This record gives sequence, structure tokens and C-alpha cells, in this order.
Amino acid sequence: MAARANTLAWFYISPLVLVLVPFFVLPILVVVIASFMESDGFGGMIPHLTLANYAAVFGAELTLRLYASTMKFALLTWIFTLGIGFWIAYFLVFHVRNQLLAIGLFLLCTIPFWTSNIIRMISWIPLLGKNGLVNSSLMGVGLIHQPLEFLLFSDFAVVVAYVHQLTIFMIVPIFNAMARIDKRTIEAALDAGASRYEIMRYIVVPLSKNGIALGSIFVLSIVMGDFFVVKVMSGGGSASIVSALFEDIAVLQYPSAAAAAVVLLLAVVVMISLILRTVDVRKEIAR
Amino acid sequence: MTVGKGHIELAGIYKRFGEVTAVDGVNLHIPDGAYCCFLGPSGCGKTTILRMIAGHEDPTGGEILIGGEDVVGLPPVARRTAMMFQSYALFPHLSVRENVAFPLRVRGQGQAERFRAADEMLEKVRLSELAHRLPGHLSGGQQQRVALARAAITQPRVLLLDEPLSALDEQLRIQMRTELRRMQRELGITFVHVTHTQMEAIALADLVVVMEKGKIKQAGDAREIYSRPHDRYVAEFLGGQNVLSGKATGAQGGNVTVGLQGAAGLCVTLEPGRRVALGEPVDLAVRRDDIILRRPEAGAVPEGWSALNTRIKAIEYQGLFVKVMLDAVGEGEFVAYVAERDFFSDPMQMGDIVVASWVAERSLLLA
Repeated sequence: MAARANTLAWFYISPLVLVLVPFFVLPILVVVIASFMESDGFGGMIPHLTLANYAAVFGAELTLRLYASTMKFALLTWIFTLGIGFWIAYFLVFHVRNQLLAIGLFLLCTIPFWTSNIIRMISWIPLLGKNGLVNSSLMGVGLIHQPLEFLLFSDFAVVVAYVHQLTIFMIVPIFNAMARIDKRTIEAALDAGASRYEIMRYIVVPLSKNGIALGSIFVLSIVMGDFFVVKVMSGGGSASIVSALFEDIAVLQYPSAAAAAVVLLLAVVVMISLILRTVDVRKEIAR
Repeated sequence: MTVGKGHIELAGIYKRFGEVTAVDGVNLHIPDGAYCCFLGPSGCGKTTILRMIAGHEDPTGGEILIGGEDVVGLPPVARRTAMMFQSYALFPHLSVRENVAFPLRVRGQGQAERFRAADEMLEKVRLSELAHRLPGHLSGGQQQRVALARAAITQPRVLLLDEPLSALDEQLRIQMRTELRRMQRELGITFVHVTHTQMEAIALADLVVVMEKGKIKQAGDAREIYSRPHDRYVAEFLGGQNVLSGKATGAQGGNVTVGLQGAAGLCVTLEPGRRVALGEPVDLAVRRDDIILRRPEAGAVPEGWSALNTRIKAIEYQGLFVKVMLDAVGEGEFVAYVAERDFFSDPMQMGDIVVASWVAERSLLLA
């Protein structure tokens, strides 16, 4: 009887297993195995177990610099997307009285996503470039006399592009969490004598916490795993963890790339588990 | 005149939402320490009045005085009112104790001090053992008590309750009703309670205010409202009365004879100062428990009684009494509540012809 129930349980989860094993578990396994092999220098791998790849990753000063740089982008992007996303969601949920209008405005936020990521990024160039819209208008009104160099192909540009791309990932989960807040609890807090700030601090933020955590996971994991935005928007001036890893692949150094990938994976897992410790995201999804 | 701190006066307040007039010129005194119930169907403006007293809505015009001072435009804290919301609006992420202590927290009280006050309050509502639970893990009645404790902890001078019992099931509602009254006595402050349940209003209130379409129809103590309704609307809304429509056909001393279709003239006493023209359509109210059913063969009704010949349409046993539904005279219901023992000493059947009779003096002429 127990055996039969067991078989049945396996049967129920088989669709998930059929997707997860070939598309998730196996690739990761391949990467992990590759990270312990030796490279023959021409794109091939010698099946000889070694820790040299990891030693190289941890030994290089470059690794530290890459992590510092990527963490800096991740942190800045997180701060700005959280700030902007929180207030947009707050506005949509609590200040737009008409629900239809709120949903309409919410959909407006997704319009930039109707074009490709690359186009969206490239469209910053005429805006932020040396002779771009921002510089020429600032010079036109006489605020500056020389074009601002830092606008494009800089860390500034990288963060702008990230924030532009990723704010929606903050808005959606926070909007979702806020929409579940019973408006009468806000009124009850007001009745109890809470100021706007206290309502925000004691009621709105705690009740949106799960949405904030979910959005943070999206934003941080995307920034940590990105190399394209850094490459294009910094004009090659900055590097990220993944861009270094990508260069390894370009020169056919698969094992060292695999080792770097495994280390990054672990770093992201640690980061996400830290976020998950502060909130119960399962509750958010199950509710 | 000195006014108590919880004395409320509404002077000509009205409220419009766009085109809709929700409250249409309301004047009312609520004495300090009274239990006042606003009673009316949904959409009659009773909740809007409550929210205006609370400070969650501003009147379009008129004055609201609490303890003698005009409070229009002041926030709830400055009014020293507290509101208990329909469905309670407890903070789902805070424990029962933190919920109750919340108003003190935003008043800047330290944790130890406010938790002590909250625990005292929880004792009063008999929830001490649940202080650490989250509201989601409480029953409806327990949530209601948490909401009451949270509203009362700041020692407001007026406590406003928006349909506080509507989310509870019947039995609990009656139990919590007693609890509310007990709390009101214990706290000694003015309670203003909004409800659409007439039994709730008359069981609780010192002052019942019956509303219709933004206007007060009648305000008075429970017994007066129930036994001497002012007009057809109040009589029918409170229940317990039969309203018969007819025409004034004659007058005699202080009495008027009301002619009904297919019935002899019914005699009713005119209140002093009331005038009725001959032929004017009038409504007559008779309490359901004042009606005595006789068999036609029992002979004529005594002097000073009114009588109507009718037929039994349906009979419902209600435990304490038997509800006998009689063939309606005109529109509306015509019902007699017969004491259980009286009914079963000579049980009548559906379809029987009966004489419904009552002491003429006990009937009322409605406005």
C-alpha cells in the first residue's frame, strides 16, 4: 500500500521532474563537473580532477575587483529601483481612486517592454551622448559650458540603464502586495492617531515587505548575472563578473569559466537566502 | 448650560457626494454617556453621519459639536473619538497586544508602558490569554473584542461603532451585544452605534435614531420608538406593528373613526394638537401583540374594542408565541402574535375565519 502511494506520488511530480532534470539539474551538473577539469588550452577538457580552476578564481585579485564592481551596480540599482518602484506602486494603489485607471496606469509601466532590451539601451545614446539631448539642452540654457562626459559610457549610464530596465520588477510584486492591504486598516491607523509617516512605517511597509523582498530578488539576481548592459553602457570601461566569465569562454577556457560560474551561483544563492530569511515569500505566493 | 465631554450635537449637517445627497439636514443631541443607535436600511446615510462625527469625512455644511466645541475639520485624535470599523480593520501583521497598543505607540508611549495598558484593556475584554496571537488566528467574536479594546484604549470621549455585530453569527451577535453594553457602562463614555438590525438598536440604545434617505425619521428612547412610532416608515421598519390604511370617516370627542375597506369604522384616539380632516387618508398602527383573535361565534366584541373580520393565512410557531398571519387589509402585512398557551388552549387552523380585535385606545394614528 505504502509502496503504491509512493509510486503514485512520483507519478504526480513527474511533469516537474521531466522539466527540471534535463533543463536545470543536468546543465548545472555539467558546469559543476567542468569546473573541476583541466583545460587543454584549445577548448577541450581533460578528465582529470583538479581544484586549480577554483584556486585561480579565489587567488586572483581581479575576482575581488569584479565582485566589488558588480556588487556596487547591484546595490545602486537596488536602491533606485526600490525607491522608484515603491512610490509608483504606492501611488497606483493608494492614490488612484479609480481601480480601472490604476490598472491602466500599471499597464503603461510595461510599455517599454514591448521593445527589445537592446533597443531600449541604445535609445539612451542619443539622450545621454556627448551631443545628446541632455547635454545640448543643459548647454542651451547655459547651465554648463562643456558637455558632461559622465553621462554616457560610464558607471552612471550603467546604473541608469539597469534602473530603466528593472524598476518594473520592483513595481509588480510591491503593487501586488500593497493591493492586498485592506484600505480600512489605513483608516483605522489614522483613527488611532498615526501620522502619514507612521502609517507608512508601521502599516504599509511591513505589509509590503514580502513584495519588496520578491522584487529585490528579481533585481539583484538579474544584475548579478548580467554582462551585456555593463558592456554596452560603460563603453567597455567597466566589467562585471559575467563579462569576465564570458571572455574566458571566448578564449575557450571552459573549466575556469565553469568555476567562476559556480562561485557566482553560490554567491547569488547566499544572497537570496539572506533575503528569504527576512520574509516568508511562500506566504506571499500562496496567499 | 454645561455640556459633558462626550455630549454630541449635530446642527444642520448635510453631506453631498457629487450629485447624491447622503445626509440631508440632520439635527440631533446625543447626551454625554448615552448609548445611541442609528438605525436604517443601507444607504440611508447613517454610516456617513458616523464617519463625519469620527472625522473621516467632512460635512458639506453644518456643525458638529463634541463636548461643546466645533470639531469640523479636526483630525480624529483632536476630537478624542475612536472608531471601531465594520469588519474591524485589525492590523494583520501585529499581534493582538500590539494591535491594542498601537494608538499609544503613535502617541509616543514607551513599549513597557503601552503594553501594560494594552494588557489591562485585554483583561477587560477577556482576551488576556490570546495577547500574542495574530488577528488571523482569532474567531470573529475575538477579533471584535480586539477592535473594541483598540478603540477604547486611548480613553476617547466618544466611541463610534460601524455595524460592529454584522460580521458575527446570530448567537454570537446577541452575546456580543450584551458585552458592548457592559463595556459602555464600564467606560462611561458616549457610544454611537450604526446598525440596520432593529432588535440590536432597541436592545442596546438609550437613544434610537431611525433614518431614511439622509433624514432622521424619529429619535427617542427605544420603548418610545418601538411602541409609539411616528409614521408608517418607522412602524414598519421597527416591526411589531400592523399598519392599516384607511380614511377618516368621522370624529367623536377626541377620537377619530377610520374607515377601512370591508370593515366597520375603527376607533382611534387623536393625540393632543393633532387635526385630521374628514375624508383624509390616514394610517393606523396596532401592535401585533395587542391583537386578540376570537371566533366569530363567540359573540360581539366588548365596548371600547375595535374589530376586523379576517381569515388566517398562515401560522408560524415561534416558541414564545405563535405568529398568525391574517388576510391583509389593503397592502402590507397583518399579523397577530398570540401567546403560546392562549393559542394552544383553542388552536385555530389555517383558513379559519376569525375576528381580530384590540383595545381601541391602544391603536395609534400615524403621521
